[in-house]
Amino acid sequence: MVAQILFLVITLAAIALFTVNFRKIIRNIRLGKSVDRNDQPQKRLITMLRVAFGQSKMVVRPIPAFLHFFVYIGFVIINIEVLEIMIDGIFGTHRIFHGLGGLYNFLIGSFEILALTVWVSCVIFLIRRNVLKLKRFRGVEMTNWPKSDANYILITEILLMSAFLLMNAADAKLQFLGSSHYTLAGSFPVSQYLMDVLPSSENALIAIERACWWVHIIGILAFLNYLPYSKHFHILFAFPNTYFSNLEPKGEFTNMASVTNEVKAMLDPSFVPAETEAGKFGAKDATDLSWVNLMNAYTCTECGRCTSVCPANITGKLLSPRKIMMDTRDRITEIGKNIDKNGAEHQDGKALLDDYITREEIWACTSCNACVEACPVNIDPLQIITELRRYAVMEESQAPGSINAMLGNIENNQAPWKYSPADRFNWAQEG
Amino acid sequence: MAAGEEPEILFWVGCAGSYDERAQKITRDICKILHHVGMKYAVLGTEESCTGDPAKRAGNEFLFQMQAMTNIEVLNAYNIKKIVTGCPHCFNTIKNEYPGLGGTYEVIHHTQLIQDLINEGKLKAEGGESFKGKKITYHDPCYLGRGNGIYEAPRKALEVLDAQLVEMKRCKSNGLCCGAGGAQMFKEPEKGKKDINVERIDEALETNPQFIAAGCPFCMTMLSDGIKLKDKEQEVKVLDIAEITARANGL
Repeated sequence: MVAQILFLVITLAAIALFTVNFRKIIRNIRLGKSVDRNDQPQKRLITMLRVAFGQSKMVVRPIPAFLHFFVYIGFVIINIEVLEIMIDGIFGTHRIFHGLGGLYNFLIGSFEILALTVWVSCVIFLIRRNVLKLKRFRGVEMTNWPKSDANYILITEILLMSAFLLMNAADAKLQFLGSSHYTLAGSFPVSQYLMDVLPSSENALIAIERACWWVHIIGILAFLNYLPYSKHFHILFAFPNTYFSNLEPKGEFTNMASVTNEVKAMLDPSFVPAETEAGKFGAKDATDLSWVNLMNAYTCTECGRCTSVCPANITGKLLSPRKIMMDTRDRITEIGKNIDKNGAEHQDGKALLDDYITREEIWACTSCNACVEACPVNIDPLQIITELRRYAVMEESQAPGSINAMLGNIENNQAPWKYSPADRFNWAQEG
Repeated sequence: MAAGEEPEILFWVGCAGSYDERAQKITRDICKILHHVGMKYAVLGTEESCTGDPAKRAGNEFLFQMQAMTNIEVLNAYNIKKIVTGCPHCFNTIKNEYPGLGGTYEVIHHTQLIQDLINEGKLKAEGGESFKGKKITYHDPCYLGRGNGIYEAPRKALEVLDAQLVEMKRCKSNGLCCGAGGAQMFKEPEKGKKDINVERIDEALETNPQFIAAGCPFCMTMLSDGIKLKDKEQEVKVLDIAEITARANGL
């Protein structure tokens, strides 16, 4: 009875804490500007099913796709087991679903095989990051915290799977010994090999089984509460992020409605502009970005596929699309903390542009969309870069000199070079 | 145009195609192809002006929309329905970004036009230079490929040559930018360890090609510069797909 109450208290506390932190992130995302992403629900649903559920963009890199697939499937399916753990924990039952008979044995057997594949995949992932030190996991933005974050996640998953398998091994051995509380249930294709390493005393086995059971469930609840502080949030946000992703051709940049009004008024003095949000052009800080940009930032799991295909980054420039996303997330999180501490009106005098992302980075972008194409969860770093450029150019008139010269040429000669408009048709006379 | 006749298609030449000496050759070859198949086409001549693409990518939305609305006014005044562009940047801008500002047209890139003409049997690869068995590698322009998902049309236009098409390691949706997009064409690159066009040319040369096929005047500049830098101008020619098509047909 004490165990049941303790279980209930821990579970409710964990869920409550997660809810508080989750709502803070939602609040932070809502600090972004509005943008309508509710059109074409059917196409959006299909995109989500294909890209997030179906992992379609992962297959470009077969080895990590294969390993990630096991971890993903393991995560989704082993969570069915959590349901049983919850019921057992609350009602003090043991393996409540054992009545399913053959199906139950099949399920437990499958969970075991998946647990093993998750375990092995995570070990390989750790080796790729810490021994092989793949280039993709390095870079200026991959400081101590992002590197540790990745390792914590992998180690936690390994521990969770180990506890699960060890728990089953002890359980199986207790069943074998005919221990009263341990009804014959389940099949143990993996953990049967662990039985031999366990002691044979019934009390010791019960202690191991219970300890692993608690480690497993508390581990899961702790992991849940780690998510809001971690890049691992993608396991939840991958789904809405792909659902609300851009469905238009990647080459298409948004036309700014606020600018359209001003341009129309300039070209036609009788034009009466429709009501639009007043405000600055482009983005200086994270709150000037759209909520989709901010959700992108929280979804990013720092895999670095974007940076590894970025032509600027490949050729040694400072720009890294992954850093753009991480900076955006860190900045909006900082703004959120400021609000919690000092109220909504608080200004800390910092901004995304210059304090996090430098001019050198935003001007190195070729807008080639390789980063957008590469992202397995449809994150769009290019939109953020564009918004920062818009601010630099339209609010500050601060661009590299040659860019200003090009803009001046378009303004004066209707071409980016210094040629006379009268000569535009000369190509027809020569050659 | 001023005669009040409505053409079948408007050829949007673009700034590079109008002023850049190298790109002018491509412009003239596109005209030769249009003439060869007997298509009634028109150009805006001095009435054309920059689509605003480089301004938009650089972040100057004002200048972009000023250019766009001026162009749309001209295009609508001539009752233009269909446009072919010689540049993926003009193509992307007019096709995707003009409709929201009141300019809706059927817009195709010249490699799509060439593909259509080949499919309709109006254009073959005969009567000119033979590319049979020649090694050609095609560089995907970002605003045609990733930007608009057009990977096949330019390749179809090359397949008809019976040439040996070799793909670079990074091609199609994984294609590497030439380094000119996003208004980079008009500025010096930020400091780094290599220029993007050199990275791309190195990759293109790995395929050991006789020709590098391009579909964008900016890519043309970047790739040609790369070839010059590598001192390979004699062995490897960078040609636009329109030029290759014109040559193959003896135009």
